[in-house]
Amino acid sequence: MLDNQTGDNQMGNDQMGNDQMGNDQMGNDPMGNDQIGNYIVGEPIAETKAPDGPIETRWERRRFSGKLVNPANKRKMTVIVVGTGLAGASAGATLAELGYHVKSYCYQDSPRRAHSIAAQGGINAAKNYRNDGDSVYRLFYDTVKGGDFRSRESNVYRLAEVSVNIIDQAVAQGVPFAREYGGLLDTRSFGGTQVSRTFYARGQTGQQLLLGAYQALERQIAAGNVEMNARHEMLELIIVDGRARGIVVRDLVTGEITTEFADAVVLASGGYGNVFFLSTNAKGCNVTASWRAHRKGALFANPCYTQIHPTCIPQSGDHQSKLTLMSESLRNDGRVWVPKKAGDKRAPGDIPEDERDYYLERIYPSFGNLVPRDIASRAAKNVCDEGRGVGPGGLGVYLDFADAIKRLGRPAVEAKYGNLFDMYQRITGEDPYEVPMRIYPAVHYTMGGLWVDYDLQSTIPGLFVIGEANFSDHGANRLGASALMQGLADGYFVLPNTINEYLAAGPFPKVDGQHPAAVEARTQVEDRLQRLLSINGDRTVDSFHRELGHIMWEYCGMERTDAGLRKAIELIRGLREEYWRRVKVSGAGEGLNQALERAGRVADFLELAELMCIDALHRTESCGGHFRAESQTPDGEAQRDDENFSYVAAWEFTGAGQPPVLHKEDLNFEYVHPTQRSYK
Amino acid sequence: MNLTLRIWRQRSPQDKGRMVTYQVSDVSPDMSFLEMLDVLNERLILEGEEPVAFDHDCREGICGMCSMVINGRPHGPQKLTTTCQLHMRHFKDGDTIDIEPWRARAFPVIKDLVVNRSAFDKIIQAGGYISAPTGSAPDAHSTPVPKPDADAAFEAAECIACGACVAACPNGSGMLFTAAKITHLGLLPQGQPERETRVLDMVAAHDDAGFGGCTNIGECTASCPKGIPLTTIGRLNGDFIKAARKRS
Repeated sequence: MLDNQTGDNQMGNDQMGNDQMGNDQMGNDPMGNDQIGNYIVGEPIAETKAPDGPIETRWERRRFSGKLVNPANKRKMTVIVVGTGLAGASAGATLAELGYHVKSYCYQDSPRRAHSIAAQGGINAAKNYRNDGDSVYRLFYDTVKGGDFRSRESNVYRLAEVSVNIIDQAVAQGVPFAREYGGLLDTRSFGGTQVSRTFYARGQTGQQLLLGAYQALERQIAAGNVEMNARHEMLELIIVDGRARGIVVRDLVTGEITTEFADAVVLASGGYGNVFFLSTNAKGCNVTASWRAHRKGALFANPCYTQIHPTCIPQSGDHQSKLTLMSESLRNDGRVWVPKKAGDKRAPGDIPEDERDYYLERIYPSFGNLVPRDIASRAAKNVCDEGRGVGPGGLGVYLDFADAIKRLGRPAVEAKYGNLFDMYQRITGEDPYEVPMRIYPAVHYTMGGLWVDYDLQSTIPGLFVIGEANFSDHGANRLGASALMQGLADGYFVLPNTINEYLAAGPFPKVDGQHPAAVEARTQVEDRLQRLLSINGDRTVDSFHRELGHIMWEYCGMERTDAGLRKAIELIRGLREEYWRRVKVSGAGEGLNQALERAGRVADFLELAELMCIDALHRTESCGGHFRAESQTPDGEAQRDDENFSYVAAWEFTGAGQPPVLHKEDLNFEYVHPTQRSYK
Repeated sequence: MNLTLRIWRQRSPQDKGRMVTYQVSDVSPDMSFLEMLDVLNERLILEGEEPVAFDHDCREGICGMCSMVINGRPHGPQKLTTTCQLHMRHFKDGDTIDIEPWRARAFPVIKDLVVNRSAFDKIIQAGGYISAPTGSAPDAHSTPVPKPDADAAFEAAECIACGACVAACPNGSGMLFTAAKITHLGLLPQGQPERETRVLDMVAAHDDAGFGGCTNIGECTASCPKGIPLTTIGRLNGDFIKAARKRS
């Protein structure tokens, strides 16, 4: 099964956190060890912080058993928070409310612009306001099943449990959720569930929730409890005596490099979907904060679990710089179809009803258009592979609202989806009230991320990871409207409780910029920037990034194969070597230099991409968003291999191009028995 | 299509700045405006020149980062559309397009088309929030909100803080931005306890940050990509007068 396994852990766990980052590790492997997809199996890793016993009271018992920090001591301690999305802003505000001093960083010009702002559809919560059979247990069950049984039960249960507090908190902050005429909150249903538990604010739920968290953060900034550093990017982690104690940041306006210190560091820096170049992420989203921590010893878990969202606007040409999501909520009322006949070039309106294939309703009669994202995406790929795709290049399927408009009337459809229809029309120039939308899957979210325990602490003491940047709750596939839930659960309710246990041992000895670890980290950053500026080659950063994206989409996208992944690894290595030889970055290190910012991020994507492919190659089963063509049921659904793969793959960095070390965390299911996911 | 671009280039806050002309060819009508600038920048980098610096991030009209005055209008010719959502099909072959940064005293230029909008954060810090520390909230259904109030609050809350209102205003006023937040929070029951201090403190912070006064011209709402209505400013004025009278 593990055909690339080369024996016992040769690196040893003792080396974790002691990785030296030499320049020789940046390019291709200097040792000539080019065994494609090679890795080393290391010691297993275990989550030890979650109490056992009844799952309903684990979180309560953990909060009770964890140490507290008295208010006077909180005032003496500083926490660095990197990123100001839902997780980072809510954590920053809450930690400050508790009395900690917070230093917050974001690369945007204001914390309010973090990419959580773009989340459209909604946020799940087990309020059961509908009396439709929902409960904390059902949200827990749906999430474990939706994740294809590759997440931790304890974490997911806690997520479902605190989901109800998030809605209360947001309403108290003035988040203008959609309401019914009686003045109570409205909900809608979302993919992968049969209850209506998604709270929403038209198509701008992420924006409204983020503004709530942002305003709470600004309130703490005004109170002097948070020091906000916008237009600053974290470029390295500083570890002192085995603890995460600070970061190296670059002021993006002046170019100045500084070292910043704290008693603990929290990464809330988001996901790595931009490794595909084209994704629904914002252009600036990047893996650098996570990857730098990984290089310093934090394990990276399940990097191959990426979510390809089924409803995005198809690509219009080679100039495309990003893809735009159309909220999954559209699948509540829109019907997905393609022509029955391959190569049918007629306009959609000219294709009679009986010559249309509403394939989701046909294949999955009980969930219909509301199947989970991974299933809807792959089904779209399959019909396009059969030559039945629509629009330019045959890479699209119809999402048709004609029936909904007939049933509900145009004003009702406008009220529900108006802004999404407007956005579609602005981008494509087509009117979706008249002709069906064309949609196609696009990279949207990454379930993988830095490994964390139940306390959300990584394998580096004092380094906590929250939101999309960690791997913890979504398994191999995230359900719709669960990202906002997880980001806010981590930031408002989980981390502010669990971090106390760690900080109870603080304050830690004071560190300053003269400390050898700080000097070393800072020098590494400066050398790397200098190196990027001095190559002066003949290819732009974007041209490399696009090429990397093509490789990843082709071989590590919706369908993966052994041969394809091996080829991808080879191509990525070649591209990485070429990058450090031929990239051209104009301008200087001083002052605002957007090309230099991108250059550093792409350099890290070029390393991450290889790990993603190794992870995808080693996991020979299919699960959730990870579909290996070799492992499918007779009717083409994902075929898990629980006997061999019911574990979290946590990878240890040993050098770019060097075989990483795999640490397995076994997943145990005491409550939800793994079955083949069926939405039929 | 082929276009002539005249772009504001300014190396640093101290630099005087000037318009520089560039030719771009083979522009596809399906490109977004920013993708057209990406193409120009790729070329400039290969020619060893510094690319044009501009703010952008989500490219789907919601983060509020993009900020360009195109042919004299913030975010360009299309109504209710941010620069990133503007597509080249709204221009024609042979056009000359002027591209400038937001120009306002409260938004100093950092470089080329990038400006400093942190003054907006200062206004929010002064009171653009409801004080509800984490954990203190009652059940979400304990206070029903009439749907019309909730909808009107949402409409005001849609502001993306891009600053087009300020760039469009002859006075460089940030009143539409301030009023949108006053309206959003002031319409909700949860926002009532701080309603009066909020309006006084936010308007004071607005004035301190160097924004001009509002003289009800209405350019702000006309150029707002989210269509924040001018009535929000009326609402702010009403709240302000009431609160100021009480305080005096």
